[in-house]
Amino acid sequence: MRTISLQKENGFPLAIQAVSVDEVGATERADFFTKRSVKKDSKLAALYLALSMCDLTTLEGSDTPGRVQQMCAKARFPVPPDMIEPHLQKRNLPPIPAVAAVCVYPSMVPVAVKALAGSGIGIASVATAFPSGQAPLEVKIEDTRFAVEKGATEIDMVINRGAFLSGRYQEVFDEIVEIKRACGDAHLKVILETGELGSYDRVRLASDIAIEAGADFIKTSTGKVTPAATLPVTLVMLQAIADHHRRTGKKVGMKPAGGIRTSKQAIQYLCMVKETLGTDWMTADLFRFGASALVNDLLKQIYKELTGRYYYDKVFSID
Amino acid sequence: MSGVNTLKERTENLKIAKTIKLFIGGEFPRTESGRSVPVYLHKTKKLYANVCVASRKDLRNAVTAAQAAQKGWQSKSAYNRSQIIYRMAEMMEAKREEFTESLTATLGLTPVQANKSVDAAIEALVYYAGFADKYQQVLGAVNPVSGPHHNFTSTEAVGVVGLIANEKFDLAAFVAQLAAIIVSGNAVVALLSENGSALLAPLAETLATSDLSKGVVNLLSGSTEELYKQFGLHMELQSLSVQLSDSKKLTELKVLAADNMKRVVWPTEQPVSLEHLMGFVEFKTVWHPIGY
Repeated sequence: MRTISLQKENGFPLAIQAVSVDEVGATERADFFTKRSVKKDSKLAALYLALSMCDLTTLEGSDTPGRVQQMCAKARFPVPPDMIEPHLQKRNLPPIPAVAAVCVYPSMVPVAVKALAGSGIGIASVATAFPSGQAPLEVKIEDTRFAVEKGATEIDMVINRGAFLSGRYQEVFDEIVEIKRACGDAHLKVILETGELGSYDRVRLASDIAIEAGADFIKTSTGKVTPAATLPVTLVMLQAIADHHRRTGKKVGMKPAGGIRTSKQAIQYLCMVKETLGTDWMTADLFRFGASALVNDLLKQIYKELTGRYYYDKVFSID
Repeated sequence: MSGVNTLKERTENLKIAKTIKLFIGGEFPRTESGRSVPVYLHKTKKLYANVCVASRKDLRNAVTAAQAAQKGWQSKSAYNRSQIIYRMAEMMEAKREEFTESLTATLGLTPVQANKSVDAAIEALVYYAGFADKYQQVLGAVNPVSGPHHNFTSTEAVGVVGLIANEKFDLAAFVAQLAAIIVSGNAVVALLSENGSALLAPLAETLATSDLSKGVVNLLSGSTEELYKQFGLHMELQSLSVQLSDSKKLTELKVLAADNMKRVVWPTEQPVSLEHLMGFVEFKTVWHPIGY
């Protein structure tokens, strides 16, 4: 097994074992989760949970304050309460949960802060020259500081894939450490952009480097590159988290992002997390979905469970 | 070499029966439920083929496929839609033998009746193909209003339409209604009745080779009794065309359709007419201010 020798901030050496991933095994194992059938009450519970784990996201060049405000309103009340209340009362169910966080560009953080005041919903901001990560470190740190100062409670950073792919692991490690420092109290999610890494071995190595450098969460993708999140890639990252937890007792979170559009997929991810990391990770503190289209599909399925009718997603919101 | 068949003889004897599957999103999947029922020859009651019994989930999948296809279909130029529907007529003509064989074998039509039925279906396709770039002028209007406004009405597709075929299955009426629905840019999810289920094969193959965008027409075979209510319940269907002769079912569907204000349309005496097409368009009236 190859060992990557890095140096910690305090000068101490850090040895990371480059784990070889069994590609066929990972794919087979991930495929296994697509064959489950989760129904009725369990399905409803999973839908509620998935909804509470969503990072409602808008990361477009065309984002406007109005669009972000609209998204924040949806984050608080994914479905207008009076629209669903009668159905919930009939089944004696709790209210539909708000999403975990909204995810926006740094310039939109103030808008989100204002719109979400007092709601307890997290404000995640992408930073570090998202989505390419191709900017000088100073700029990335400044980008991060700006977002945190404006009120972001979570920072989604991208790793320097150029450096990673050319083997400059120390540079990648140092950048994450620096950004983590710039984050202060804000949670740091490290985006690996697995679609650009090319192999599960590299995904695993990037996960290990990010975790060792202090990531609170590791995240698959920016959503700007295909393939984005897939079950096998997420499984490889979850395994890295599991191994780290076994070694150190520290819990690192996971956020698959991009390409998760249906409730069916979301439930498959939840099963996989439960079976790889256990019940502790079945909370928005340690697991998130980076998605925007998923929310309406979750609502559609919740309505289906409550009313027996297939719904039209535009009923909930026109995004 | 006596007793040994020649290659020619052997291949001649080798008859490959066609598996009749569903037609969803331009593909030919089996039903997700895995269920099938036999269709018997009308005369001898011997097995003709096995057909899929579509489930509620197949309907859902079909609606999803139709939903995805509808916008693209609507945005094609009217002239292009016309060409594609005309092409459907051409392909149906080319498949005439298959249609008539299926009609005579499973529905018990005489060859003359079967041919007439195919003729009428083709005629309906040509009729609506011709209307594709004309109905807008006929149905649209510039309205006289008192005031400084230019007021005009234009038509738009309603979206995804459910079509439930008649219990006895009338090919011409079914195809005519299908064309009336899609000509204005709607997508359709159609349920062939038990009697008509064997016709799914030639129909789907006609559609699949007509340059029609995938998912614009989706065909399900199965039990009308089991599925008709689901058509009424589904909130993503914006309109229903019900050819059932059972008036109780029609009433039930009207009640179910009220929840998301689906328009429910049922057949008239005429085989084809502009009125049928009107059942699947929305009218949009615009008031545009003008100066004096």
